[in-house]
Amino acid sequence: MLETLFLAADHLLHWQVIVALFIGSIGGVIIGAIPGVGPAVAIAILLPATFSMEPLVGLTLLLGIYGSSMYGGSLPAILINTPGTAVNALTTYDGYPMTKRGEALRALGLAYGASFFSAIFSVVVLILLAPVLAKVAPMFGSREIFLAALLGVVLVIVAHKGQMAAAGMMAGFGILLQSVGMEPVNYTMRFTFGLAWLTSGLDLIVVVLGLFAISQAFVLMVEPESAPDAKSVSGSMGGAVREVLGYKRVALTGSGFGVLMGMIPGVGEFTAQFLSYTTARRFSKDPDSFGKGSPEGLVASESANNAVPAAAMIPLLALGIPGEALTAMMLSVFYVHNVVPGPNLFQNQLDFVYALYLALIVLNIIVILWMLVSSNLLIHLIRVPTRFLGMGILILSFVGIYSLRNSAVDCLVAAGFGVFGLIVKRLNLPVVPIILGMVLGNIMEVKLRAAAARIESPLDFVSRPISALLVIAIVLIVVQALRTTLRDWAEDPSAETHS
Amino acid sequence: MKQVFNFLALFRRERRPGDLVFAVGFFLFAVLVALVLPQQAKFLPDKALITQPGFWPAVGVAMMLLFGGVHMIATLNAPRLPGRLREVLVWGRSLEFVGWFVVYVLSVPRIGYLPATVALAVLLGVRLGYRTRRALLAAVLFAVAVVLIFRTGLHVRLPAGALYSYLPDAIRSFAMTNF
Repeated sequence: MLETLFLAADHLLHWQVIVALFIGSIGGVIIGAIPGVGPAVAIAILLPATFSMEPLVGLTLLLGIYGSSMYGGSLPAILINTPGTAVNALTTYDGYPMTKRGEALRALGLAYGASFFSAIFSVVVLILLAPVLAKVAPMFGSREIFLAALLGVVLVIVAHKGQMAAAGMMAGFGILLQSVGMEPVNYTMRFTFGLAWLTSGLDLIVVVLGLFAISQAFVLMVEPESAPDAKSVSGSMGGAVREVLGYKRVALTGSGFGVLMGMIPGVGEFTAQFLSYTTARRFSKDPDSFGKGSPEGLVASESANNAVPAAAMIPLLALGIPGEALTAMMLSVFYVHNVVPGPNLFQNQLDFVYALYLALIVLNIIVILWMLVSSNLLIHLIRVPTRFLGMGILILSFVGIYSLRNSAVDCLVAAGFGVFGLIVKRLNLPVVPIILGMVLGNIMEVKLRAAAARIESPLDFVSRPISALLVIAIVLIVVQALRTTLRDWAEDPSAETHS
Repeated sequence: MKQVFNFLALFRRERRPGDLVFAVGFFLFAVLVALVLPQQAKFLPDKALITQPGFWPAVGVAMMLLFGGVHMIATLNAPRLPGRLREVLVWGRSLEFVGWFVVYVLSVPRIGYLPATVALAVLLGVRLGYRTRRALLAAVLFAVAVVLIFRTGLHVRLPAGALYSYLPDAIRSFAMTNF
């Protein structure tokens, strides 16, 4: 293992990787600090540019943005009660009341400290887990990967508590979108309506850029102007960061939930935060202070969300199954470079996997050092007027879409998805299931077809131990989701429940 | 009948203005797609169902119909909120920006990436209300920075503007490669 770790470190010691790490980590903080942008928009825009880079360079750039945006996102969440990224929403509960009490510096320090603690914790856990995964991953054949992808779809729907029907219809829409074009086995056309430009199907990146980037530009431009104001902070940030060591138990629990939830496709940060926050509150000596400026609440929230990025790489690297939108985008970087994530990657290229994990450690060190000195600088970014930001995102989106294949049609398609995304976002309906429907739908189709020769009856799905476990998990989750929905309704039929 | 109402209560959800328009629109789209499914996806003879070309489109459409139907019932069953027309008009307002984007896309191969980006940043900035000298300067600087990063620095694949061919020999190829 040590030898592989050194080999991985060697991969990182190239100037392109180091530059990508710096740009990704600092860029991610900046993007996270600007409310209304978020890592999904940034990754979608940068994705085509990374196709010409070495896989490790491109992936560290994107990982940098993914792993560091939550640090930046906590800044506006704490200072102006506006989360920089969606997963910092819970941070506002305790961070902003602390700012109102005059403890902004302490809140920022705790948030950064908790984020750093959990990020390092999660990467160390994953490095220790890697040899186990290398043994387990080859036990996944076509039918197991099909079932794991199906489990991902089920979890994406079930995880949208209160919006399950909306998530289900969006996932279905994604599955339909991925099937458009010429089907590769029998060469028949699917939903092309005789249009030549649809023969090659809808490019995932075009849809992603439309749904995430262009839609966000439209959302910002059609809404009234807002330029939030935030006051500068003064004092020793280092001392405030160290205070997190006083909340080790809370940070450790949050990190644990983050790792566990991150590994399960379709679950992610929100569930991890919810579990971490409620557990911290249950065992707190002062549970009433939660939501009113509790340092424990802040640590619980920030430690849970920042442990997820590293853990989310597990299903992606070990099985080739992305658990959420950002890793779904990263999957395309693998495919472009002919690096096929899945069981073979852990067996044959463990050094590559370790290199990604080490990159996560390095980027977190860069970020925490940057945050110690840059908070007041980043406050200026919070003040960027929102409609100007929308214009900027529209201009940047063009680069991402047009550079794919110099197609004006792609730009039109992306603009169409941009309008659709605007509607969905304004109605507060989930967008992510569309992307996961596209990616997981494709995996399910390919893997089920590959397994079809050995499947004569539905019972063949449970004839192997892992596939049997996956089938049981799917059935239990569906039954539990239905039971919970029915129970909630039985307890309070007048309450607004789930769609 | 009481049971039916109780069942509907199960799917009640908080509504936003415009929710019903989207829910009905999406469901009608799903129905339309389901109607054209036999023409747009093939089911070949002597093939197992799971390997049929039309199997996965059918799965997607079935999910859209099932969940979209439930979503529509939930929306119909929720208390109505005023402002539906206003919300739909906001959706329509985004079409103006689609227009700006399309003009930008079409102008890049003609007048070049740098001039098109600067023009869009300034004109759209003015349209959005940024008319001070400082704002206009910020728009120009932003546009130039984007071009320098992506075209000059990263050499992202974008077409050289046809207008550049009229530039003097000395700077023509430089402009075509970098801007």
